[in-house]
Amino acid sequence: MNAPAYNFAYLDEQTKRMIRRAILKAIAIPGYQVPFASREMPMPYGWGTGGVQVTAAILGPQDVLKVIDQGSDDTTNAISIRKFFAKTAGVATTTATEDATVIQTRHRIPETSLHANQVLVYQVPIPEPLRFLEPRETETRRMHALAEYGLMHVKLYEDIARFGHIATAYAYPVKVNARYVMDPSPTPKFDNPKMDNCPALQLFGAGREKRIYAIPPYTQVVSLDFEDHPFEPYRFNAPCALCAAENSYLDEIVTDDKGGRMFVCSDTDYCEGRQAAGHHGSLSAAPYKDKAQEASNG
Amino acid sequence: MTTIAELPPGFADKVLSAQSTFRSVMDAMARPGSVQRIVPTSGAPQTMMRGTAAIALTLFDHDTPLWLDARMSESTDVMKWLKFHTGAPVVQDSSIASFALISDGGELPSLERFALGTSEYPDRSTTLILQVENLDSGRSFELRGPGIDGVATLQASIKPFDLFERLRVNETLFPRGVDVVLVADDAVVAIPRTTRVVSKGS
Repeated sequence: MNAPAYNFAYLDEQTKRMIRRAILKAIAIPGYQVPFASREMPMPYGWGTGGVQVTAAILGPQDVLKVIDQGSDDTTNAISIRKFFAKTAGVATTTATEDATVIQTRHRIPETSLHANQVLVYQVPIPEPLRFLEPRETETRRMHALAEYGLMHVKLYEDIARFGHIATAYAYPVKVNARYVMDPSPTPKFDNPKMDNCPALQLFGAGREKRIYAIPPYTQVVSLDFEDHPFEPYRFNAPCALCAAENSYLDEIVTDDKGGRMFVCSDTDYCEGRQAAGHHGSLSAAPYKDKAQEASNG
Repeated sequence: MTTIAELPPGFADKVLSAQSTFRSVMDAMARPGSVQRIVPTSGAPQTMMRGTAAIALTLFDHDTPLWLDARMSESTDVMKWLKFHTGAPVVQDSSIASFALISDGGELPSLERFALGTSEYPDRSTTLILQVENLDSGRSFELRGPGIDGVATLQASIKPFDLFERLRVNETLFPRGVDVVLVADDAVVAIPRTTRVVSKGS
Protein backbone atom coordinates (compact mmCIF):
# COMPACT_ATOMS: atom_id res chain seq x y z
CA MET A 1 0.00 0.00 0.00
CA ASN A 2 1.48 3.27 -1.16
CA ALA A 3 -1.19 5.82 -0.31
CA PRO A 4 0.53 9.14 0.41
CA ALA A 5 0.64 9.96 4.11
CA TYR A 6 0.75 13.70 3.45
CA ASN A 7 -1.64 16.32 2.16
CA PHE A 8 -1.68 17.79 -1.35
CA ALA A 9 1.54 19.83 -1.72
CA TYR A 10 2.84 18.37 1.55
CA LEU A 11 1.68 21.05 4.03
CA ASP A 12 -1.42 20.49 6.15
CA GLU A 13 -4.41 22.79 5.61
CA GLN A 14 -4.04 24.76 8.84
CA THR A 15 -0.46 25.65 7.91
CA LYS A 16 -1.54 26.66 4.42
CA ARG A 17 -4.25 28.94 5.83
CA MET A 18 -1.71 30.62 8.08
CA ILE A 19 0.74 31.11 5.18
CA ARG A 20 -2.04 32.29 2.86
CA ARG A 21 -3.12 34.94 5.35
CA ALA A 22 0.49 36.11 5.63
CA ILE A 23 0.78 36.27 1.83
CA LEU A 24 -2.34 38.46 1.56
CA LYS A 25 -0.99 40.92 4.13
CA ALA A 26 2.42 40.87 2.43
CA ILE A 27 0.80 41.86 -0.88
CA ALA A 28 -1.22 44.58 0.84
CA ILE A 29 1.94 46.12 2.37
CA PRO A 30 4.58 45.87 -0.40
CA GLY A 31 8.10 45.21 0.90
CA TYR A 32 7.03 44.76 4.53
CA GLN A 33 8.17 41.52 6.18
CA VAL A 34 5.21 39.60 7.60
CA PRO A 35 6.15 37.15 10.38
CA PHE A 36 4.77 33.65 9.88
CA ALA A 37 4.94 30.36 11.76
CA SER A 38 7.46 28.65 9.49
CA ARG A 39 7.28 24.87 9.67
CA GLU A 40 10.00 22.29 9.54
CA MET A 41 10.25 20.96 6.03
CA PRO A 42 11.77 17.70 4.84
CA MET A 43 14.91 19.55 3.78
CA PRO A 44 17.43 21.57 5.75
CA TYR A 45 17.27 25.32 6.30
CA GLY A 46 19.18 27.03 3.54
CA TRP A 47 17.71 24.74 0.91
CA GLY A 48 14.72 26.93 0.26
CA THR A 49 12.33 26.01 3.06
CA GLY A 50 10.73 29.48 2.93
CA GLY A 51 10.21 29.39 -0.82
CA VAL A 52 8.94 25.82 -0.63
CA GLN A 53 6.32 26.77 1.98
CA VAL A 54 5.11 29.73 -0.10
CA THR A 55 4.96 27.57 -3.22
CA ALA A 56 3.11 24.82 -1.34
CA ALA A 57 0.53 27.34 -0.13
CA ILE A 58 -0.25 28.75 -3.58
CA LEU A 59 0.21 25.71 -5.82
CA GLY A 60 -2.80 24.06 -7.45
CA PRO A 61 -3.22 21.06 -9.76
CA GLN A 62 -3.44 23.30 -12.84
CA ASP A 63 -0.11 25.01 -12.17
CA VAL A 64 3.04 24.40 -14.15
CA LEU A 65 6.09 24.67 -11.92
CA LYS A 66 9.61 25.72 -12.79
CA VAL A 67 12.40 25.76 -10.21
CA ILE A 68 15.74 27.41 -10.72
CA ASP A 69 18.86 27.62 -8.61
CA GLN A 70 21.23 30.44 -9.63
CA GLY A 71 19.44 30.48 -12.98
CA SER A 72 19.89 26.77 -13.59
CA ASP A 73 17.12 24.19 -13.87
CA ASP A 74 19.62 21.37 -13.50
CA THR A 75 21.30 21.78 -10.13
CA THR A 76 20.64 19.59 -7.09
CA ASN A 77 18.50 22.13 -5.25
CA ALA A 78 16.32 22.91 -8.28
CA ILE A 79 15.83 19.27 -9.22
CA SER A 80 15.04 18.23 -5.62
CA ILE A 81 12.38 20.90 -5.17
CA ARG A 82 10.88 20.27 -8.61
CA LYS A 83 10.65 16.54 -7.84
CA PHE A 84 9.28 17.28 -4.38
CA PHE A 85 6.27 19.08 -5.84
CA ALA A 86 5.87 16.69 -8.76
CA LYS A 87 5.58 13.96 -6.13
CA THR A 88 3.54 15.65 -3.41
CA ALA A 89 1.24 17.76 -5.61
CA GLY A 90 1.39 15.92 -8.92
CA VAL A 91 1.85 19.22 -10.76
CA ALA A 92 3.32 19.51 -14.23
CA THR A 93 6.87 20.81 -14.27
CA THR A 94 8.80 22.63 -16.95
CA THR A 95 12.13 24.27 -17.54
CA ALA A 96 10.73 26.77 -20.06
CA THR A 97 10.21 30.14 -18.37
CA GLU A 98 7.25 31.23 -20.49
CA ASP A 99 5.33 27.98 -19.91
CA ALA A 100 5.53 28.16 -16.11
CA THR A 101 2.77 29.62 -13.93
CA VAL A 102 4.78 29.37 -10.71
CA ILE A 103 8.55 29.82 -10.72
CA GLN A 104 10.48 29.17 -7.55
CA THR A 105 13.91 30.70 -7.64
CA ARG A 106 17.09 30.74 -5.67
CA HIS A 107 19.10 33.87 -6.38
CA ARG A 108 18.12 34.74 -9.96
CA ILE A 109 15.30 36.28 -11.96
CA PRO A 110 14.87 34.62 -15.37
CA GLU A 111 16.18 36.54 -18.39
CA THR A 112 12.92 36.00 -20.29
CA SER A 113 10.43 38.69 -19.29
CA LEU A 114 7.76 37.43 -16.93
CA HIS A 115 4.07 37.84 -17.73
CA ALA A 116 0.96 38.60 -15.73
CA ASN A 117 -0.13 34.98 -15.23
CA GLN A 118 3.04 34.07 -13.38
CA VAL A 119 4.11 34.11 -9.76
CA LEU A 120 7.81 34.29 -8.92
CA VAL A 121 8.66 32.78 -5.51
CA TYR A 122 12.06 33.68 -4.09
CA GLN A 123 13.99 31.64 -1.53
CA VAL A 124 15.37 34.09 0.99
CA PRO A 125 18.12 33.41 3.54
CA ILE A 126 18.19 36.74 5.46
CA PRO A 127 15.09 38.85 4.78
CA GLU A 128 16.13 41.85 6.85
CA PRO A 129 18.26 44.24 4.75
CA LEU A 130 19.40 46.06 7.91
CA ARG A 131 20.34 42.91 9.84
CA PHE A 132 24.12 43.14 9.34
CA LEU A 133 24.01 46.81 10.27
CA GLU A 134 21.75 46.39 13.32
CA PRO A 135 21.41 42.95 14.87
CA ARG A 136 18.43 43.72 17.13
CA GLU A 137 15.04 42.88 15.62
CA THR A 138 13.32 45.43 17.90
CA GLU A 139 15.53 48.15 16.43
CA THR A 140 15.20 47.16 12.78
CA ARG A 141 11.40 46.95 13.23
CA ARG A 142 11.42 50.49 14.55
CA MET A 143 13.65 51.68 11.73
CA HIS A 144 11.18 50.25 9.20
CA ALA A 145 8.28 51.78 11.15
CA LEU A 146 9.87 55.22 10.95
CA ALA A 147 11.24 54.66 7.42
CA GLU A 148 14.60 55.52 8.96
CA TYR A 149 17.02 54.14 6.40
CA GLY A 150 19.98 56.45 6.92
CA LEU A 151 22.08 53.53 8.13
CA MET A 152 21.74 51.79 4.77
CA HIS A 153 22.86 54.92 2.94
CA VAL A 154 25.84 55.20 5.29
CA LYS A 155 26.75 51.60 4.41
CA LEU A 156 26.59 52.34 0.68
CA TYR A 157 28.54 55.56 1.25
CA GLU A 158 31.26 53.65 3.11
CA ASP A 159 31.50 51.35 0.09
CA ILE A 160 32.23 54.41 -2.05
CA ALA A 161 34.70 55.84 0.46
CA ARG A 162 36.62 52.56 0.59
CA PHE A 163 36.38 51.24 -2.97
CA GLY A 164 35.42 54.27 -5.04
CA HIS A 165 32.13 52.70 -6.05
CA ILE A 166 29.20 50.85 -4.43
CA ALA A 167 30.76 47.42 -3.99
CA THR A 168 27.55 45.61 -3.07
CA ALA A 169 27.10 43.15 -5.94
CA TYR A 170 24.23 40.97 -4.74
CA ALA A 171 21.31 41.36 -2.29
CA TYR A 172 21.45 45.00 -3.33
CA PRO A 173 18.86 46.91 -1.26
CA VAL A 174 15.77 48.27 -2.99
CA LYS A 175 12.97 50.59 -1.94
CA VAL A 176 9.51 49.25 -2.73
CA ASN A 177 6.62 51.58 -3.54
CA ALA A 178 8.65 54.49 -2.11
CA ARG A 179 8.27 53.15 1.43
CA TYR A 180 9.98 49.95 2.61
CA VAL A 181 13.63 49.13 2.05
CA MET A 182 13.74 45.45 1.12
CA ASP A 183 16.31 42.75 0.55
CA PRO A 184 15.71 41.27 -2.91
CA SER A 185 17.38 38.03 -1.65
CA PRO A 186 20.91 37.33 -2.89
CA THR A 187 20.13 37.94 -6.54
CA PRO A 188 22.93 39.70 -8.44
CA LYS A 189 22.22 43.41 -8.70
CA PHE A 190 22.05 42.81 -12.45
CA ASP A 191 18.54 41.48 -11.78
CA ASN A 192 17.29 44.45 -9.72
CA PRO A 193 15.83 46.41 -12.66
CA LYS A 194 13.67 43.39 -13.55
CA MET A 195 11.79 43.74 -10.26
CA ASP A 196 10.57 47.22 -11.12
CA ASN A 197 7.11 47.43 -12.69
CA CYS A 198 7.15 43.65 -13.24
CA PRO A 199 3.84 42.23 -14.57
CA ALA A 200 4.21 39.09 -12.39
CA LEU A 201 3.52 38.86 -8.67
CA GLN A 202 6.73 38.39 -6.67
CA LEU A 203 6.61 36.55 -3.33
CA PHE A 204 9.53 36.05 -0.94
CA GLY A 205 9.78 33.31 1.69
CA ALA A 206 12.40 33.03 4.41
CA GLY A 207 11.94 29.75 6.28
CA ARG A 208 14.58 29.93 8.96
CA GLU A 209 13.89 33.62 9.64
CA LYS A 210 10.12 33.10 9.41
CA ARG A 211 9.22 36.02 7.17
CA ILE A 212 7.12 36.42 4.03
CA TYR A 213 7.10 39.55 1.90
CA ALA A 214 5.91 40.54 -1.53
CA ILE A 215 6.04 42.91 -4.45
CA PRO A 216 2.69 43.23 -6.20
CA PRO A 217 2.72 43.47 -10.01
CA TYR A 218 3.43 46.88 -11.55
CA THR A 219 5.03 48.22 -8.39
CA GLN A 220 7.87 50.69 -8.28
CA VAL A 221 11.12 49.09 -7.10
CA VAL A 222 14.12 51.41 -6.91
CA SER A 223 17.68 50.34 -6.14
CA LEU A 224 19.19 52.64 -3.54
CA ASP A 225 21.93 54.91 -4.84
CA PHE A 226 23.31 58.46 -4.81
CA GLU A 227 22.93 61.22 -7.41
CA ASP A 228 26.68 61.19 -8.08
CA HIS A 229 26.96 57.39 -7.80
CA PRO A 230 23.90 56.09 -9.63
CA PHE A 231 22.95 52.42 -9.47
CA GLU A 232 24.63 50.35 -12.18
CA PRO A 233 23.87 46.70 -12.88
CA TYR A 234 27.06 44.67 -13.19
CA ARG A 235 27.83 42.13 -15.88
CA PHE A 236 31.08 40.49 -17.05
CA ASN A 237 32.17 42.23 -20.23
CA ALA A 238 31.96 39.19 -22.51
CA PRO A 239 29.45 37.35 -24.66
CA CYS A 240 28.16 33.97 -23.51
CA ALA A 241 30.59 31.30 -24.74
CA LEU A 242 27.71 28.99 -25.68
CA CYS A 243 25.00 31.25 -27.12
CA ALA A 244 26.84 34.55 -27.67
CA ALA A 245 24.25 36.51 -25.66
CA GLU A 246 25.48 40.03 -24.97
CA ASN A 247 22.83 41.01 -22.45
CA SER A 248 22.37 38.04 -20.10
CA TYR A 249 23.88 37.54 -16.66
CA LEU A 250 27.04 35.39 -16.91
CA ASP A 251 28.67 32.78 -14.71
CA GLU A 252 32.44 32.58 -14.78
CA ILE A 253 33.68 29.00 -15.12
CA VAL A 254 37.32 28.14 -14.53
CA THR A 255 38.31 25.54 -17.12
CA ASP A 256 41.92 24.64 -16.20
CA ASP A 257 44.67 25.54 -13.73
CA LYS A 258 46.40 27.90 -16.17
CA GLY A 259 43.96 30.78 -15.90
CA GLY A 260 41.59 29.49 -18.55
CA ARG A 261 37.97 30.50 -18.07
CA MET A 262 34.73 30.78 -19.91
CA PHE A 263 31.64 32.89 -19.40
CA VAL A 264 28.24 31.30 -19.87
CA CYS A 265 24.66 32.40 -19.25
CA SER A 266 23.56 31.66 -15.70
CA ASP A 267 19.98 31.18 -17.00
CA THR A 268 20.20 27.72 -18.60
CA ASP A 269 16.73 27.86 -20.18
CA TYR A 270 17.51 31.18 -21.85
CA CYS A 271 20.88 29.91 -23.10
CA GLU A 272 19.45 26.63 -24.46
CA GLY A 273 16.63 28.53 -26.13
CA ARG A 274 19.10 30.80 -27.89
CA GLN A 275 21.28 27.87 -28.99
CA ALA A 276 18.21 26.07 -30.34
CA ALA A 277 17.40 29.25 -32.26
CA GLY A 278 20.82 29.05 -33.94
CA HIS A 279 22.95 31.37 -31.81
CA HIS A 280 26.40 29.92 -31.22
CA GLY A 281 29.18 31.21 -29.02
CA SER A 282 32.93 30.73 -29.28
CA LEU A 283 32.95 27.51 -27.23
CA SER A 284 29.63 26.10 -28.38
CA ALA A 285 29.80 22.43 -29.32
CA ALA A 286 27.61 23.08 -32.33
CA PRO A 287 30.31 24.41 -34.70
CA TYR A 288 32.40 21.29 -34.02
CA LYS A 289 29.41 19.11 -34.74
CA ASP A 290 28.91 21.00 -37.99
CA LYS A 291 32.58 20.56 -38.86
CA ALA A 292 32.44 16.85 -38.05
CA GLN A 293 29.41 16.60 -40.29
CA GLU A 294 31.24 18.37 -43.10
CA ALA A 295 34.31 16.11 -42.64
CA SER A 296 32.23 12.93 -42.84
CA ASN A 297 30.35 14.23 -45.86
CA GLY A 298 33.55 15.29 -47.63
CA MET B 1 -32.85 23.84 16.67
CA THR B 2 -30.41 23.18 13.83
CA THR B 3 -28.48 19.96 14.03
CA ILE B 4 -25.12 19.53 12.38
CA ALA B 5 -26.74 17.43 9.68
CA GLU B 6 -28.98 20.37 8.77
CA LEU B 7 -26.14 22.90 8.47
CA PRO B 8 -25.21 23.90 4.92
CA PRO B 9 -22.16 21.85 3.93
CA GLY B 10 -18.60 23.14 3.50
CA PHE B 11 -16.44 22.45 0.44
CA ALA B 12 -16.84 19.03 -1.15
CA ASP B 13 -13.06 18.95 -1.66
CA LYS B 14 -11.55 20.96 1.19
CA VAL B 15 -8.01 21.01 -0.13
CA LEU B 16 -8.41 21.92 -3.78
CA SER B 17 -11.39 24.22 -3.24
CA ALA B 18 -9.47 26.19 -0.63
CA GLN B 19 -6.49 26.42 -2.98
CA SER B 20 -8.61 27.67 -5.86
CA THR B 21 -10.44 30.19 -3.67
CA PHE B 22 -7.18 31.44 -2.23
CA ARG B 23 -5.69 31.99 -5.69
CA SER B 24 -8.72 34.08 -6.65
CA VAL B 25 -8.37 36.17 -3.51
CA MET B 26 -4.59 36.43 -3.95
CA ASP B 27 -5.00 37.56 -7.56
CA ALA B 28 -7.63 40.05 -6.44
CA MET B 29 -5.30 41.43 -3.76
CA ALA B 30 -2.34 41.54 -6.18
CA ARG B 31 -4.40 43.27 -8.89
CA PRO B 32 -6.72 45.69 -7.09
CA GLY B 33 -9.90 46.51 -8.98
CA SER B 34 -9.77 43.36 -11.12
CA VAL B 35 -12.83 41.16 -10.71
CA GLN B 36 -11.88 37.58 -9.83
CA ARG B 37 -14.30 34.67 -9.73
CA ILE B 38 -14.54 32.13 -6.95
CA VAL B 39 -15.21 28.82 -8.65
CA PRO B 40 -15.70 26.24 -5.85
CA THR B 41 -19.10 26.15 -4.24
CA SER B 42 -20.11 25.20 -0.77
CA GLY B 43 -23.27 25.56 1.19
CA ALA B 44 -23.77 28.95 2.79
CA PRO B 45 -26.10 30.09 5.53
CA GLN B 46 -28.58 32.81 4.66
CA THR B 47 -27.21 36.37 4.63
CA MET B 48 -23.84 34.96 3.55
CA MET B 49 -22.99 35.04 -0.16
CA ARG B 50 -21.29 31.99 -1.64
CA GLY B 51 -18.08 33.98 -2.24
CA THR B 52 -18.00 35.00 1.42
CA ALA B 53 -18.62 31.41 2.49
CA ALA B 54 -15.75 30.17 0.31
CA ILE B 55 -13.39 32.82 1.71
CA ALA B 56 -14.43 31.87 5.25
CA LEU B 57 -13.71 28.19 4.61
CA THR B 58 -10.37 29.11 3.02
CA LEU B 59 -8.92 31.63 5.47
CA PHE B 60 -10.66 31.36 8.85
CA ASP B 61 -9.64 29.08 11.70
CA HIS B 62 -9.09 29.13 15.46
CA ASP B 63 -6.30 31.69 15.00
CA THR B 64 -8.52 34.34 13.42
CA PRO B 65 -10.92 36.27 15.66
CA LEU B 66 -13.99 37.32 13.65
CA TRP B 67 -16.20 40.31 13.99
CA LEU B 68 -19.69 40.06 12.48
CA ASP B 69 -22.03 42.92 11.73
CA ALA B 70 -25.42 43.00 13.41
CA ARG B 71 -27.29 41.22 10.64
CA MET B 72 -24.79 38.35 10.58
CA SER B 73 -24.38 37.99 14.33
CA GLU B 74 -28.16 37.92 14.80
CA SER B 75 -28.36 34.86 12.61
CA THR B 76 -27.83 31.67 14.60
CA ASP B 77 -27.36 29.85 11.29
CA VAL B 78 -24.35 32.00 10.43
CA MET B 79 -22.88 31.60 13.91
CA LYS B 80 -23.33 27.84 13.92
CA TRP B 81 -22.07 27.42 10.38
CA LEU B 82 -18.92 29.45 11.07
CA LYS B 83 -18.31 27.68 14.35
CA PHE B 84 -18.73 24.21 12.89
CA HIS B 85 -16.81 24.72 9.66
CA THR B 86 -14.04 27.13 10.71
CA GLY B 87 -13.83 27.08 14.51
CA ALA B 88 -12.99 30.78 14.44
CA PRO B 89 -13.89 32.69 17.63
CA VAL B 90 -16.47 35.44 17.14
CA VAL B 91 -15.54 38.55 19.11
CA GLN B 92 -17.52 41.64 20.12
CA ASP B 93 -14.50 43.92 20.03
CA SER B 94 -13.85 44.80 16.38
CA SER B 95 -10.40 46.18 17.21
CA ILE B 96 -8.98 42.69 17.81
CA ALA B 97 -10.57 41.02 14.79
CA SER B 98 -8.49 39.45 12.01
CA PHE B 99 -11.50 39.48 9.72
CA ALA B 100 -14.78 41.35 9.76
CA LEU B 101 -17.79 40.09 7.86
CA ILE B 102 -20.18 42.79 6.75
CA SER B 103 -23.45 41.93 5.04
CA ASP B 104 -25.08 45.30 5.50
CA GLY B 105 -22.65 47.93 4.25
CA GLY B 106 -24.97 50.74 5.28
CA GLU B 107 -24.19 49.85 8.89
CA LEU B 108 -20.42 49.66 8.45
CA PRO B 109 -18.89 51.11 11.62
CA SER B 110 -16.18 53.74 11.52
CA LEU B 111 -13.01 52.17 10.10
CA GLU B 112 -11.01 53.35 13.13
CA ARG B 113 -12.88 50.78 15.20
CA PHE B 114 -11.13 47.93 13.41
CA ALA B 115 -7.57 46.79 14.00
CA LEU B 116 -5.28 49.05 11.98
CA GLY B 117 -2.01 47.34 12.93
CA THR B 118 0.89 49.11 14.57
CA SER B 119 3.74 50.95 12.90
CA GLU B 120 6.02 48.03 13.77
CA TYR B 121 3.48 45.35 12.80
CA PRO B 122 1.09 46.88 10.25
CA ASP B 123 0.02 43.36 9.21
CA ARG B 124 -1.88 42.93 12.48
CA SER B 125 -4.91 44.60 11.01
CA THR B 126 -8.47 43.62 10.17
CA THR B 127 -9.36 42.46 6.69
CA LEU B 128 -12.91 43.61 5.93
CA ILE B 129 -15.03 41.27 3.88
CA LEU B 130 -17.83 43.44 2.60
CA GLN B 131 -20.78 42.02 0.71
CA VAL B 132 -21.96 44.41 -1.97
CA GLU B 133 -24.78 44.47 -4.49
CA ASN B 134 -22.70 43.91 -7.60
CA LEU B 135 -19.22 44.36 -9.04
CA ASP B 136 -20.03 44.76 -12.70
CA SER B 137 -22.29 47.78 -12.97
CA GLY B 138 -23.03 50.98 -11.13
CA ARG B 139 -20.75 53.86 -10.31
CA SER B 140 -17.29 53.99 -11.87
CA PHE B 141 -14.20 54.26 -9.78
CA GLU B 142 -10.68 54.97 -10.91
CA LEU B 143 -8.02 53.03 -9.02
CA ARG B 144 -4.28 53.57 -8.84
CA GLY B 145 -1.49 51.97 -6.83
CA PRO B 146 0.70 48.88 -6.62
CA GLY B 147 -0.71 45.98 -8.63
CA ILE B 148 -2.31 48.30 -11.19
CA ASP B 149 -0.73 49.04 -14.55
CA GLY B 150 -1.54 52.73 -14.71
CA VAL B 151 -5.23 53.04 -13.94
CA ALA B 152 -7.87 50.39 -13.30
CA THR B 153 -11.57 51.07 -13.59
CA LEU B 154 -14.05 49.40 -11.31
CA GLN B 155 -17.79 49.53 -11.82
CA ALA B 156 -19.70 48.59 -8.73
CA SER B 157 -22.75 49.20 -6.63
CA ILE B 158 -21.35 49.51 -3.14
CA LYS B 159 -22.75 50.41 0.22
CA PRO B 160 -21.70 52.47 2.09
CA PHE B 161 -21.72 54.98 -0.76
CA ASP B 162 -18.81 56.81 0.79
CA LEU B 163 -16.66 53.68 1.26
CA PHE B 164 -13.76 55.00 -0.81
CA GLU B 165 -13.85 58.40 0.85
CA ARG B 166 -13.66 56.61 4.18
CA LEU B 167 -10.80 54.44 2.94
CA ARG B 168 -8.71 57.59 2.49
CA VAL B 169 -7.57 57.03 6.08
CA ASN B 170 -5.35 54.35 4.56
CA GLU B 171 -3.42 57.11 2.82
CA THR B 172 -2.59 59.00 6.00
CA LEU B 173 -2.16 55.91 8.17
CA PHE B 174 0.08 53.93 5.80
CA PRO B 175 1.68 51.45 6.44
CA ARG B 176 -1.14 50.95 8.98
CA GLY B 177 -4.62 50.52 7.59
CA VAL B 178 -7.41 48.15 6.65
CA ASP B 179 -7.64 45.95 3.59
CA VAL B 180 -11.03 45.38 2.02
CA VAL B 181 -12.35 42.45 0.02
CA LEU B 182 -15.61 43.21 -1.79
CA VAL B 183 -17.81 40.22 -2.53
CA ALA B 184 -20.82 40.04 -4.81
CA ASP B 185 -22.07 36.48 -5.16
CA ASP B 186 -19.05 34.66 -6.65
CA ALA B 187 -17.14 37.81 -7.69
CA VAL B 188 -14.40 39.35 -5.57
CA VAL B 189 -12.49 42.61 -5.81
CA ALA B 190 -9.82 43.56 -3.30
CA ILE B 191 -8.91 47.08 -2.25
CA PRO B 192 -5.68 46.77 -0.27
CA ARG B 193 -4.51 49.73 1.77
CA THR B 194 -2.15 50.90 -0.98
CA THR B 195 -4.93 51.50 -3.51
CA ARG B 196 -6.03 55.09 -4.10
CA VAL B 197 -9.56 55.45 -5.43
CA VAL B 198 -11.09 58.39 -7.22
CA SER B 199 -14.81 58.35 -7.89
CA LYS B 200 -15.68 59.17 -11.47
CA GLY B 201 -19.37 59.53 -10.67
CA SER B 202 -21.94 57.44 -12.50
